[in-house]
Amino acid sequence: MKCLLLLVLLPVTAVAADEGQFRLKEGAGRNLVESNCAVCHSLDYIQMNSPFLDKKGWEATLSKMVNAMGAPIPKDDVPLIVEYLNQQYGK
Amino acid sequence: MNRRNFLKGVSGGLVLGGASLALPRMPLAMPVSMGPSALPAGTLDASFLDALPGKKPLIKRTFRPPNYETPVAYFNDLYTPNDAFFVRYHIVNIPEVAAESWKLRIGGEALQKPMELSLDDLKRDFERVELPALCMCAGNRRGLFQPHVPGIEWGNGAMGNARWVGVRLRDVLNKAGVRKEALEVVFDGADSGIAAYKTPDFVKSLPMWKALDENTLIAFEMNGAPLPHWNGFPARLVVPGWAATYWVKQLMSIDVIAKPFEGFWMKPAYRIPIGKFPNVDRFITQETAVNTPITDTVVNSLITNIEEGQRFRPGQPVEVKGVAWDGGYGIRTVEVSVDEGQSWRPATLGQDVGRFSWRQWSYRFKPARRGKVTVMAKASNRIGQTQTAELILNPAGYHHNLIQKAAIQVG
Repeated sequence: MKCLLLLVLLPVTAVAADEGQFRLKEGAGRNLVESNCAVCHSLDYIQMNSPFLDKKGWEATLSKMVNAMGAPIPKDDVPLIVEYLNQQYGK
Repeated sequence: MNRRNFLKGVSGGLVLGGASLALPRMPLAMPVSMGPSALPAGTLDASFLDALPGKKPLIKRTFRPPNYETPVAYFNDLYTPNDAFFVRYHIVNIPEVAAESWKLRIGGEALQKPMELSLDDLKRDFERVELPALCMCAGNRRGLFQPHVPGIEWGNGAMGNARWVGVRLRDVLNKAGVRKEALEVVFDGADSGIAAYKTPDFVKSLPMWKALDENTLIAFEMNGAPLPHWNGFPARLVVPGWAATYWVKQLMSIDVIAKPFEGFWMKPAYRIPIGKFPNVDRFITQETAVNTPITDTVVNSLITNIEEGQRFRPGQPVEVKGVAWDGGYGIRTVEVSVDEGQSWRPATLGQDVGRFSWRQWSYRFKPARRGKVTVMAKASNRIGQTQTAELILNPAGYHHNLIQKAAIQVG
């Protein structure tokens, strides 16, 4: 039991540090997502909300972030961000 | 699946199951499940135990703003320890507030005598009230909605039961003098969004009747100690029976106003469709033709001591423990079924410490056969409401109060 406990707990403590250790999946548009979204919230919000949103769902999320929450995302970046989110974290 | 997640999977299924009976009072001496397997895969993958300053390791759902869930094993106790109490924030700037310099501003156009109160003023000038009450996020169990809806994908742990000590909001408002045109009371905490982007500040309002309810408190103690920073130090609102979205933390101002408050976190956020839920409490000045702010919590229960798939030996008695709660009418019965809902037997209820607290319950049985047995739990309250057999879908994933199920393996 004790060995098993150690085995299971070690990796947990190893990752329990800060949000900087969380990495989004590789893919076209990742830098854009990181630079736009991480201004206001940690990027684990994206993985947490996956994989159940389709393209429309991610569009609605972007729209909420820009229109309700005030995210300063350049208009031209929005479709690229949606594309990344749908490709990497879509359903 | 990477190595870490594989190990988390093991911890949820096997290790906790074996250890939980042997070590009931040491919930975190053992590995902890990241939540029910029905949570979105990405949620389980991004979650792990992490400790905020001053807190025990909790289930990290998001870092910034911090959203941390209490592991269910803590709910085997009547009161949830302060350092294990869940943390929920909407916006990123969360300042440390110093008790010595803190001043609570009371104002608004529908108040006669605006005033400022220090923590000492609150403690000295008003009657001290203690109240056990469940604080539960409106979105608790959002992650269990099928189909999934976006938001913080909580499992069962965005709640906690505590003994709150503070003063009645009513006493404070009456001292300041409420004008007859008063319609709502508005509460703002110290947290703020990023000013440059105009992120909506987290501000909430209550209808006058709820603000003046004798059980609505400005609380400065929790379980016999000052509030933890992450739970609202130095003072927060306690709105018993209502969703925790109204329990504004790090309270800075209270305004009594003569028109409905308009703010993102009242409208369109935290809304439920009109007529879908059996809620009694209404917030009429905020209602629209189609929706209403969430108000009182629906009747609900949770099995707290059994992990999904936990194994029991044939002939070994199974003790099922849990908690049940509602919006403040009080729990009348908790019934348990071990035959897929064909027959229900009453559980034994624990001590009644007040109608806004959750109620502990337990049920003991000997499984009649080997194989998979589903333990089901269903709470009913004193006004005859009971848990639902079919999930009531709503856009934001509130009021998940399905009859609870836990599958165990006998033999």
